[in-house]
Amino acid sequence: MSEAVTGHSIFSIEITDPSDVVSARSKAREIAAGLGLGSADQTRLATAISEITRNVIQYAGPGGGVCRLFDESDNEWIRIRIEVEDWGIGITDVVAALRDGYSTGGGLGAGLPGARRLMDQFDIQSHPGCTKVEMSMIRRRHHG
Amino acid sequence: MRIPILRLGNILLTSIQVDLTDEDVMLFQNDVVNEVSRTEAMGLAIDITALEIVDSFMARVINDTANMARLLGAEVVVCGIQPTVAMTLVEMGRGLLGAQSTFNLEQGLIVLRQRIVQRADLWAFDDDERSRDRPFNF
Repeated sequence: MSEAVTGHSIFSIEITDPSDVVSARSKAREIAAGLGLGSADQTRLATAISEITRNVIQYAGPGGGVCRLFDESDNEWIRIRIEVEDWGIGITDVVAALRDGYSTGGGLGAGLPGARRLMDQFDIQSHPGCTKVEMSMIRRRHHG
Repeated sequence: MRIPILRLGNILLTSIQVDLTDEDVMLFQNDVVNEVSRTEAMGLAIDITALEIVDSFMARVINDTANMARLLGAEVVVCGIQPTVAMTLVEMGRGLLGAQSTFNLEQGLIVLRQRIVQRADLWAFDDDERSRDRPFNF
C-alpha cells in the first residue's frame, strides 16, 4: 500500500444532521493535535471544517454529504487533506460564493471565503448533484 | 442543550461550556435576550472561555446577542476569547466578533459594574454640575 500519493483516510463522517457539524469539527481538532499540529492550527482546521460542513447542512438537502480526512504527512511535512462532498443542487456561481458577503441562504457569506483563508490549499468543484470541496493544511515538521 | 443564565444582582452571567450546534446557539440567543428583558438586567456577561472553536456562524450569533441585549438597555461584555479563536476569527476576515471583550469573566464583571455605576451617575444629574452643560432639560 502506498501512502505517498493519496495518503490514507483517517476519518470519515456523514453530514446529515447539525450535530454532525459539531462532531466533525471536534474530531478534526483531535486528529490535528494527534498529527502534531499546534493549537492555533488545530483551531484553524476545525473552524474551516465547521464552515464547510455547515454549508452541507444548509444547502445539500436531506441527502446530506460526507466529510473525510486524509493524512498525507511524510518525514518533512505534516499534510492533512479534507474532502467535503455533497449531492445537493450545487453552487451556481462558485466564484461569487468565494467572495466575502455573498450568500444565497441568508447567511453572512463568510464561511467559504473564511475557510479558504484558514487553509493552505483550497479547491471547490460544483455542479448540480455534486459539490466537492478539497482543502489541505500543510506545515513543516519541527524536529528535535 | 440549554445554557444556564445566572443572576448576580443586576448582572446576568452566562457561560458556554460545551460546543453547541447551530440550533443550540440560536436557542441560547433567544433565552439570553428574553432573560435580559424579563429581569431588566443592567449588565450581561457572556463567557466563552471554554470554547475552542468559534466559527463565523457562532461569532455572528454571539455578536448579535450582544447587540440585542444592548438595544434593550444592558451593558454587555464577551469574556475569555481564546487566543487561537481570536487568530482564527481575524484571519477569516472582517470583524466577526465586534462586541467589547475582556480577558476573563472577573474583568468582565468589573467592567460591567463600572459602566453601570457610570450610567447611574448620568441619570442622577439633577444637582450635578454636569447638568449645566446639557443642552436640553428633561
